[in-house]
Amino acid sequence: MGRLLQSGVLLASATVLLGGILYLKANASHPVNLRTFISEPADLRSATQLLRLLSHGNPAAIVQLGILFLIATPVARVIFAVIAFAIERDRLYVVVSLIVLAVLTLGLLH
Amino acid sequence: MPLLLFTSLVFAGSIAAGLLGALTGLGGGVVLVPLLTLIFHVDIRYAIGASLISVIATSSGAAAAYVREGFSSVRIGMFLEVATTIGAVFGAFLATRVPTRALAIVFGLVLLYSAWLSWQQSRRAEPTPHPANPWSDRLRMSGTYPDGHGGLCHYSVDRIPAGFATMFGAGTLSGLLGIGSGAVKVLAMDRIMRIPFKVSTTTSNFMIGVTAAASAGIYLHRGYIDPALAFPVMLGVLAGSLLGARYLVRARVSLLRSIFTLVILALGVEMIINGIRGV
Repeated sequence: MGRLLQSGVLLASATVLLGGILYLKANASHPVNLRTFISEPADLRSATQLLRLLSHGNPAAIVQLGILFLIATPVARVIFAVIAFAIERDRLYVVVSLIVLAVLTLGLLH
Repeated sequence: MPLLLFTSLVFAGSIAAGLLGALTGLGGGVVLVPLLTLIFHVDIRYAIGASLISVIATSSGAAAAYVREGFSSVRIGMFLEVATTIGAVFGAFLATRVPTRALAIVFGLVLLYSAWLSWQQSRRAEPTPHPANPWSDRLRMSGTYPDGHGGLCHYSVDRIPAGFATMFGAGTLSGLLGIGSGAVKVLAMDRIMRIPFKVSTTTSNFMIGVTAAASAGIYLHRGYIDPALAFPVMLGVLAGSLLGARYLVRARVSLLRSIFTLVILALGVEMIINGIRGV
């Protein structure tokens, strides 16, 4: 389980780093303005749109993909916990882990 | 500010936030959000989004080490994650509806509380002995941890409903403010459920990532996570906290802790004043 968390964070960091460097190269001298909130473009907010941008090598989309990897890491940990408790035949904690997984899914899909 | 300069400065600030977070055990988010909003003038919603991402990274990175040492309890963690994840989803929904001025004020109050907690840490009392609660065994939450002399210490948990309710609050704060709210989680386990300190801190660290992941999806869909900001923040805080965990834990920290407490106090006051004045 420890190994899983580490590799997830490593994969996510590497992806974010790659995307971030490409993003810097493309926009290095552009001014940044995050003073006022404008919601991020819709393309960066949904998984299917993200895939389309990724196929064009869009740097911001690569960063967002890394962030998705990062969010997936704890989710994967809960999935593994369900399996581990099932192997131990601990029904109570299979149910508990499944509830956590359901709440996580609700949050991710909403 | 041009992007390259902005990224470098935010990266440096995030390393510092990660270092301080690891050093005090409060987590990077508590320093990061005030840093981004007060100094870099980033909208608090972007700051919260980036902070939440860094929280997942540091929690998952640090938790990996504790699982192997046998301190954290997977069962206690999973049981309480039911409360924290539901709280986190609720908090993230609140965050999209509450005016940003109110967010700043709530954040300031959490900072004041953290400062108080950090100041108190030096005078911690050992948990008082208590009669075993039958539900601790029924829910299989009793356990053992290494005592450092080759033996095992036995522990059980108490006051489960109150701990569960406090965890819901911790999750809500996490989803609302994009912080790990490790301080509240430890409070619930340590003070309320009477779990030994070593077990409660490591288990809390373990839970923070799962809790943050529950609200991260909602932040992403609402467009709170900006790649230009998330990139330096996530990598900076991660690097800072790994460095801090490796080198600073053994260093003499009492002076640093006092300074940090004052900094947090000042940041908290400033966030509340800014929130009230509507800047």
